[in-house]
Amino acid sequence: MSERVGERTREGVGVSVPRIDGVPKVKGQFAYGSDLWADEMLWGHTLRSPHPHARIRSIRIGEAVASPGVYAVLLSDDVPGSRFYGLEFADQPVLAWETVRYVGEPVALVAAEHPELARRAAERIVVDYEPLPAVIDMQRALEPDAPTVHPFGNVLHEVRVEHGDPDAEAEVWVEGYCETGMQDQAPLGPEAGMAVPAEDGGVDLFVATQWLHIDRKQLAPCLNLPEDKVRLFLAGTGGAFGAREDVSMQIHACMLAMHTGRPVKMAYGRTESFVGHVHRHPSRIWMRTGATREGDLVNVRARILIDGGAYTSSSIAVISNATTFAPGPYEVPNALVEGTCVFTNNPPCGAMRGFGAVQVCFAHEGQMDRLAAALSMDPVELRLRNAAATGTILPTGQVIRGAAPVREVIERCAAIAMPPETPTGMRDPVELPGGVAGNVGRGEGVRRGVGFAVGYKNHAYSGGFDDSSEARVTLSAGPEGPVAEIHCAAAEVGQGVHTILAQIARTVLGIERVILHTSDTLVGSAGSTSASRQTVVSGGAVKAACEAVLEDLFERARRDARLLASDLGVEDGFVTADGERVAPVEELLAQPIECTRVWRHAQTHPLDERGQGDVHVGFLFGAQRAVVDVDEELGLVRVVQLATAQDVGFAINPQSVIGQIEGGSAQGLGLALMEEIQLKDGEIANASFTDYLLPTTLDMPKVEVELVEEPEPGTPFGAKGVGEPSNVVAPAAIVSALRAALGRELHRIPVRPDDLVGLREPVGIPPWPPFPERPSREPSPASARVPRTGEP
Amino acid sequence: MLVRTNVNGEWRESDVWPGSSLLYLLREHLGLPGSKNACEQGECGSCSVWLDGELVCACLVLAAQAHEREVRTVEGLAAGEALHPVQEAFVETGAVQCGFCTPGFIVAVADLLEQEPEPPEAMVREALSGNLCRCTGYEKILEAVRLASGRMRIREDEL
Repeated sequence: MSERVGERTREGVGVSVPRIDGVPKVKGQFAYGSDLWADEMLWGHTLRSPHPHARIRSIRIGEAVASPGVYAVLLSDDVPGSRFYGLEFADQPVLAWETVRYVGEPVALVAAEHPELARRAAERIVVDYEPLPAVIDMQRALEPDAPTVHPFGNVLHEVRVEHGDPDAEAEVWVEGYCETGMQDQAPLGPEAGMAVPAEDGGVDLFVATQWLHIDRKQLAPCLNLPEDKVRLFLAGTGGAFGAREDVSMQIHACMLAMHTGRPVKMAYGRTESFVGHVHRHPSRIWMRTGATREGDLVNVRARILIDGGAYTSSSIAVISNATTFAPGPYEVPNALVEGTCVFTNNPPCGAMRGFGAVQVCFAHEGQMDRLAAALSMDPVELRLRNAAATGTILPTGQVIRGAAPVREVIERCAAIAMPPETPTGMRDPVELPGGVAGNVGRGEGVRRGVGFAVGYKNHAYSGGFDDSSEARVTLSAGPEGPVAEIHCAAAEVGQGVHTILAQIARTVLGIERVILHTSDTLVGSAGSTSASRQTVVSGGAVKAACEAVLEDLFERARRDARLLASDLGVEDGFVTADGERVAPVEELLAQPIECTRVWRHAQTHPLDERGQGDVHVGFLFGAQRAVVDVDEELGLVRVVQLATAQDVGFAINPQSVIGQIEGGSAQGLGLALMEEIQLKDGEIANASFTDYLLPTTLDMPKVEVELVEEPEPGTPFGAKGVGEPSNVVAPAAIVSALRAALGRELHRIPVRPDDLVGLREPVGIPPWPPFPERPSREPSPASARVPRTGEP
Repeated sequence: MLVRTNVNGEWRESDVWPGSSLLYLLREHLGLPGSKNACEQGECGSCSVWLDGELVCACLVLAAQAHEREVRTVEGLAAGEALHPVQEAFVETGAVQCGFCTPGFIVAVADLLEQEPEPPEAMVREALSGNLCRCTGYEKILEAVRLASGRMRIREDEL
């Protein structure tokens, strides 16, 4: 399919077109948020709480104000409008004034001529804190006598999915408990942007973000400005992975700019970035899986607890996702899944690639391995036997209507060639786990293991959210032929959506020259660059706008009476009638044609009280096989190969799709083996790239990728979102391989050397920590009437 | 303090705060933000530049240490409109996603290929292990190295 479409329009859909921002990026000319500069620009700095929970008795700013080069020192009282913001619920203070609830919570702002002067002035602000008891453990948070983070208690949200007969008996049961650590998105570009006060009393903000319009929706009430006076422009964005879904420096920079009347830049350093954005929720998951002796799944019972940290962020959607995906992409006739997200005095958690599906995939795939062992079945065969398909009824009662080639992703993944066997005898020390520098042995203790995992996730927003994107397309005559200009607010954060939008316009309009307007709030919302949604939703909007442009073009063509009855089309810059070229497109463009269209995906619905409903719009499936070498004496790991097959619908840009799959696998490898935010009394103890380890070229193996293309109904060209499935399955596959290599249970990611050599008792060996009882039936903060964002 | 540095072939003078890094000098005084500030600890390689021909992390070098010395940055690699073969290879292979690590990688790869035109994969992985990329999983970067290496050797032969 891809080749056929590709031949029709050069650089259209189905072709690995080089990214449109590639050349400026390789030349160092692409302006990221932290690269921005203006005359008279000041630097903003944030003073943050050193306590996980404390009352603020007083704040003295006199010395800071008098410091050299300082233009403003702002506190909560200086917030022009609402003192709260938040993605869904406005529960997060712009600047704390009475209470701080996590280490790193913003308390004061400084603007100065030089970043170092701003930092030094902030050190002179005297905040008198009265430390309060903090709750830093997610199970402790549910105990009746635990300190409360908010007046309404520590339950952030709970979801219960009940399907079939949750008491259904099974012939074989396996049980498991697992934990996942707090992962950081660690985009290479820290949070940054520049606010410029405007003559109309408003403000222009150039910022690296994932969703310009939701930022504005939160900014305007805090700045006490109408939305049209808060104009946002997308600055170069150095990765995101969920970290930029919440507001970080946006409101602060605007406040400082409006207060000083000068442009203000805020650019976090790496340490501040670690506390300046939300993280992946750490989780604890209890699961019982029942099956027949033949290996058919009968019942899945799961309890999921995740730590939301101090504020709501997107936790409600994350726990909903985790709960709905917990049984895995299988036919499961009976299930009971209970998910709870709690508030603690840890840093807030929110969106990260995989969004709740990563944690439960680690749990359900561990269960599938345990079940295969209990049944003496091949683990791949067990997964194939239970694989969901189009028509499967999920535990939410939702029937999978779209493409669900689960069997095919499993089979294609399992069929990928294995890497060469380990040579016995002398081994190249470079290829030992730990490499030359880390491994002091000769490979005597190295064991190889193979693991397999299948997982799934939704694309686009769920639960009844009105999820749309707007695109404006203008077709005009240019000096070298027709040119289409696309104006869409879809945030390009590195994933390649801008290239995809240009490819779609080329294919639909049958032309080659496409210009992409800066993404900004001067056009309607494109929704978030998250949930694997932009190719589908903004792609849908651009396709619809281009099709509307074509209709206008054909109407002009039909002024020639001879074409009235013809079937019109476009091809290589010509209008065609019944397949014959009749006129160059630009002949009809004496006046440009401009069309704006909003595209929505099919309506979804919220879950009801029993967790039933058509909550997701479409599903993405992935399978991954990991081959690992483990040194069982030294606890060192080398991932030899990752092989993956992913359900992508239709690959609009195959190179870019494969890039997403490789990158998602790398982040999954990081979570499996090395990446964890270490919290000590609520404080991040490893907020740097020296102490928080990211996979390097020495850690990542080659990823063998198979694309499974079964077009998805109702999406542009049948495409599905592609960013997340590899990230969902990689940790589960890698740990499965480690278990196979060592014959040892491993229940916690990231796996540490101590776990691998058995120095530490692994979690997940019964007795497990008991699942805490919920103190209330009423989920907060909805019950506490915290205002929803956007509500007056 | 006054610092006089030859940057990409041109002598430039700046009045900097003595604690400033070479990275700050380049980005904030000389208008060369191509070198990126991603970790400030020499862990990520995003600020890789040449100082008197030696590959360094500009965040770990004081601006004052570059006084009367030559600095070459990513901005100095392309000859006008023509991309350096390493830049060209990064665009073609899809080695660029968000691009924040890209300038540092380009400089590190160009440095590697200047020293070793046909590096074996293990050497490439070792040489680039000080450059972090969060988007690509590195495979396409390694592909770009192979492509650039091949092309540079062909061009060398043609000369």
